[in-house]
Amino acid sequence: MTRSTAADDLILGLTRVVDLPGLTAAAGAPLGADDIAAVIGEADRFCTEVLAPGWQSADREAAHYANGRVTVPAQYHATMKAWIESGWQGVAAPEAHGGQGLPHAIWTAVNELASAADMAFFLGPILTAGAIDCLDRFGTEDQKARWLPKLVTGEWPGTMNLTEPQAGSDLGAIRTRAEPLGNGRYAIHGQKIYITWGEHETTDNILHLILARLPDAPAGSRGISLFAAQRILDDGTPNALRCGGIEKKMGIHASPTCVMLFEGAEAEMVGEPGRGLNAMFAMMNAARLAVGVQGVGQGARALQLAEAYAEQRVQGGRPIAQHPDVARMLNEMRAITLAGRLLALEAAAALDRHHLLHDEAAATRLALLIPIVKSWCSDRGVDVASLGIQVHGGMGFVEDTGAAQVLRDARIAPIYEGTNGIQAIDLLVRKVAKDDGAAMRALLAEVAATPGLAAAASRLQDATATMLALQARDADAAQSLAVPYLEACGWTLGGWMLVRAAAAAPDRAPLAAFYLARLLPRATARCLEIEAAHAGMASVTAPAAA
Amino acid sequence: MKILVPVKRVVDYNVKVRVKSDGTGVETANVKMSMNPFDEIAVEEAVRLKEKGAATEIVAVSVGPAAAAEQIRTALAMGADRGILVEHDGTVEPLAVAKILKALVAKESPQIVLMGKQAIDDDMNATGQMLAALMGWGQGTFASKVELADGGVKVTREVDGGLETVALNLPAIVTVDLRLNEPRYASLPNIMKARKKPIETVKPGDLGVDATPRLTVLKVEEPPKRQAGVKVGSVQELVQKLRNEAKVI
Repeated sequence: MTRSTAADDLILGLTRVVDLPGLTAAAGAPLGADDIAAVIGEADRFCTEVLAPGWQSADREAAHYANGRVTVPAQYHATMKAWIESGWQGVAAPEAHGGQGLPHAIWTAVNELASAADMAFFLGPILTAGAIDCLDRFGTEDQKARWLPKLVTGEWPGTMNLTEPQAGSDLGAIRTRAEPLGNGRYAIHGQKIYITWGEHETTDNILHLILARLPDAPAGSRGISLFAAQRILDDGTPNALRCGGIEKKMGIHASPTCVMLFEGAEAEMVGEPGRGLNAMFAMMNAARLAVGVQGVGQGARALQLAEAYAEQRVQGGRPIAQHPDVARMLNEMRAITLAGRLLALEAAAALDRHHLLHDEAAATRLALLIPIVKSWCSDRGVDVASLGIQVHGGMGFVEDTGAAQVLRDARIAPIYEGTNGIQAIDLLVRKVAKDDGAAMRALLAEVAATPGLAAAASRLQDATATMLALQARDADAAQSLAVPYLEACGWTLGGWMLVRAAAAAPDRAPLAAFYLARLLPRATARCLEIEAAHAGMASVTAPAAA
Repeated sequence: MKILVPVKRVVDYNVKVRVKSDGTGVETANVKMSMNPFDEIAVEEAVRLKEKGAATEIVAVSVGPAAAAEQIRTALAMGADRGILVEHDGTVEPLAVAKILKALVAKESPQIVLMGKQAIDDDMNATGQMLAALMGWGQGTFASKVELADGGVKVTREVDGGLETVALNLPAIVTVDLRLNEPRYASLPNIMKARKKPIETVKPGDLGVDATPRLTVLKVEEPPKRQAGVKVGSVQELVQKLRNEAKVI
């Protein structure tokens, strides 16, 4: 099978599978195949030559907390400087504030390359991109003018302060308070946890976005507003906020995961009172897509390490890459990674179609794809990282090869930004059941028209009908099958993307054929699980219903 | 002052080069191609001279297939002002490149032609010297330091015995070595700006040059595989083998 790099595949995907040149031409800001290749080629170079080499030493050095100060690996000071100089933070940021205003699909590709290179570092820039998006949509013109130029260059990273000890998946339980100071500003009091890159000294300042309650706010999610607080105030004095400690974690050791203590920190409101969660939900598609892409990136890094090892490790007189079972593992890793990569680009292109062309059908498609990309791609990232260790044999379990680090780092993606279980329920309840399966049926009709996928699409149509019927009758029972349903969707759509890639580039056809023969049956297995479980539930619940 | 920087499209330095199965050359289909790393250093030096105010315009030139426009685009993203692509498919020998560059120099009148000392694909190390001979200009090859002074250019050269400094009158040819500088990564804003910079395309014939190769390649083959070594039991045995088998002492 033809070997290609992540950058080759991203260029192919952007130009010939999701047709970004056509999309941007329709939007009046054409980005040609050459432009895309140049941008992705340079991003790849920056990621592989600047970010990737220090990835293991950063993990070993890790982030630390002592005497109230957070230290990140020493090399990150230079990495952050290089990142700011490179201008990549501004890929999709508004041109009015110094960004390049490129499509989100380009940022998605950069995100994959950079996450593969050094996920712990790149979590900072991902959160900054989220903060840019948030301020651009909800900030006042004055706030944008003051903050966006700093965020767009990356000079001031942005953070997201949502979670509290009692408020994880249920953000309505947030207790952090915002007291009006009378001058249009607020004093924030409360504790936030799991704040990624919440505190560090690699930049002069940090802009914290914080969910908190006004004094007269109603209980629950409607009482939550969004605020922004600078780490250092305009007069140069530190704001009344600090890091109270960092977590010891399974992976992403170099990324400081902070407990943030707000002790009367001066802040401004962003957007309307009581609309904080709405602002967060507006950014959620991009944030969840980014996490799915991290899964793809970790899979890509695992594959790169495994391919290199399997080619030079000789056993029984030949490189292990030629041993049938190792070749099988490598092909699974390649096929899954390419499928996830293209599925993420498909979602990103839907986001762009909605954003640039105001195409409402694209918004519906995006809403459907987001939980699948977030969950399926992040779960597959863990699987592929684990396969990568297996290819290495004993050396995979030894830290030196880096294979183990990929798995440790990849494992967070199925958890944060809404656990994968919550994504599956989101898919079932808020996306599929919401329009009685119409959007899903339309998508599966497209899949069914793709060569080699008619049977898989038909089976998934049936499973969708079963899930809808069950959801109407017994929501808890339906939700207990939501994950198998999402998985069936993911494996099927992965095949859809690979068949499309093979149509665009015949050298990808062997990989698509491998996927259809060896991996697509996993969608069938999940559909069978749904039917079998449903049959069991029906027999149990039937007497009670009668 | 105008600087002309020739840049060559070559197989990327990270790629393990393979010989084509029919022995006619090396495999370049589906292989990552990049700018010759020595030329990248030349571009970087030109950009630094421009940033210091010593140069006013940088023209990047490539002789090669249409796809060589990618390498010109990279030079433009690093800071060159415009590009010229001399489009030609197939092998171009150093003398043909030198003649093409001579024609472009006549048209562009640069004060310095700043280029890599050699390209990593064929390691010829000839084009700069040939161009200097054709032009009758001074040449400073293998540069590890380039200083503009007194209306000329002072070039520190890396030679076998150490460093040699030559003072050249302008116009001149300077070919650069690896230690001259560390090329920058093109920033995203500069990559986007480079899209709008002009690239002019001409053919060797337009410049009056016949680029047909004068040499015929008979065969290209991989270097012979290294033989396995042997373990010696003692110093005496080693000396004996060096003397009688290797015949090196």
